[in-house]
Amino acid sequence: MILIIQICKEKFHYYEFVRPIEEIIKKTNTEFISTHYNDLNQDMLSKSEKIIICGTSLRDNSFLDDIEEFLWLKKYDKPVLGICGGMHIMGLVYNGNLHKKQEIGLTKIEFKKDFFGMKGSEEVYELHNFYVLSKECYVIAESKNCPQAVEYKERPFYAVLFHPEVRNREIIRNFILH
Amino acid sequence: MKVAVLFSGGKDSTFAAFMTKNHGHDVSCLISLISENPDSYMFHTPSISEAGKQAETMKIPILIQKTKGEKELELKDLKVVIRKAKSEFKIQGVITGTVESAYQASRIQKICDMLDLDCFNPLWQKNQFELLEDLIKNSFEIIITGVFAYPLDKSWLGRKINQDFLQDVNKLYEKYKINPAGEGGEFETFVINCPLFTDRLKIKYKKIRGKQNSWTMEIEVK
Repeated sequence: MILIIQICKEKFHYYEFVRPIEEIIKKTNTEFISTHYNDLNQDMLSKSEKIIICGTSLRDNSFLDDIEEFLWLKKYDKPVLGICGGMHIMGLVYNGNLHKKQEIGLTKIEFKKDFFGMKGSEEVYELHNFYVLSKECYVIAESKNCPQAVEYKERPFYAVLFHPEVRNREIIRNFILH
Repeated sequence: MKVAVLFSGGKDSTFAAFMTKNHGHDVSCLISLISENPDSYMFHTPSISEAGKQAETMKIPILIQKTKGEKELELKDLKVVIRKAKSEFKIQGVITGTVESAYQASRIQKICDMLDLDCFNPLWQKNQFELLEDLIKNSFEIIITGVFAYPLDKSWLGRKINQDFLQDVNKLYEKYKINPAGEGGEFETFVINCPLFTDRLKIKYKKIRGKQNSWTMEIEVK
């Protein structure tokens, strides 16, 4: 079972930041549960085989005050994909620092190696005001401004700053299926 | 939350307004841009001048901003009118009916962020067939007011979005990759009635113009 973790404070953002991810997973015929981090419990974490932590809107940063709600990431040893805000959360749990950097819209980035089917130069959709970089991960892709895709050194954790549910949906499909 | 809906009078922005109300938000005003440029990158529908009558039947105030429709200048006009909505109606967020356009979405996101407003795109990345099904299921009465791609022609003007339309557009999607909900700019639409309206609008005048695979039907409603 795939566990989708929502971080939107304002529920109406579900349609923009969560539903498109659910639609991609539905097409793979994979079972999933989708829940806000406030409603997350140990049973869901135990039953999950993989986790996706979604992003949220530019003005919605309340999850940054709730990083202690994600300390389970220190022990979880199955694959996790963080998207935008999800990437911030993973980086902060793993001792990273938050930096201000806005990128909005289509941007070319460079992948140094294969990342769920991405390689070389790819156009991605950006929507962020911050990024987080942790020493616990390798940077796989960068824009001219900041890291865009990372892989954790000690765990099967991956994160992207851009939104693969908008462009490059195969990242999510490949994460789910492989 | 008090919000403004960027409103063209077509199916997507009207459905976004409907979803917004259903989620308990207060649609404090609508915002429409009337572009003098028929090839505007951001805003154009053949019958946008009638948006005021739709607003009237929804009993929601509307702010109308004229724009020359030049590429980045029209964004300045959009910013001006969103700022006005913020000061007049104390809105905290802006709603759009954007489905696919990264160009449109990213520019509106930037403007909202500059003005300290949240931006909601409830139809973002929605499957276009599901969108049409949702419109029919929720009793939206929508007519086609413009067609802009082969093999669409004059005969599509005035057609309603119903199950027959869905079947026909499905065939065109399979054969010509026509986007079923017109997201590639293939169709323009106008909402005649929906659950937000207190009265159904009636067409009192229409003017059809065009050639080959580019036709518009300007309408006046009452």
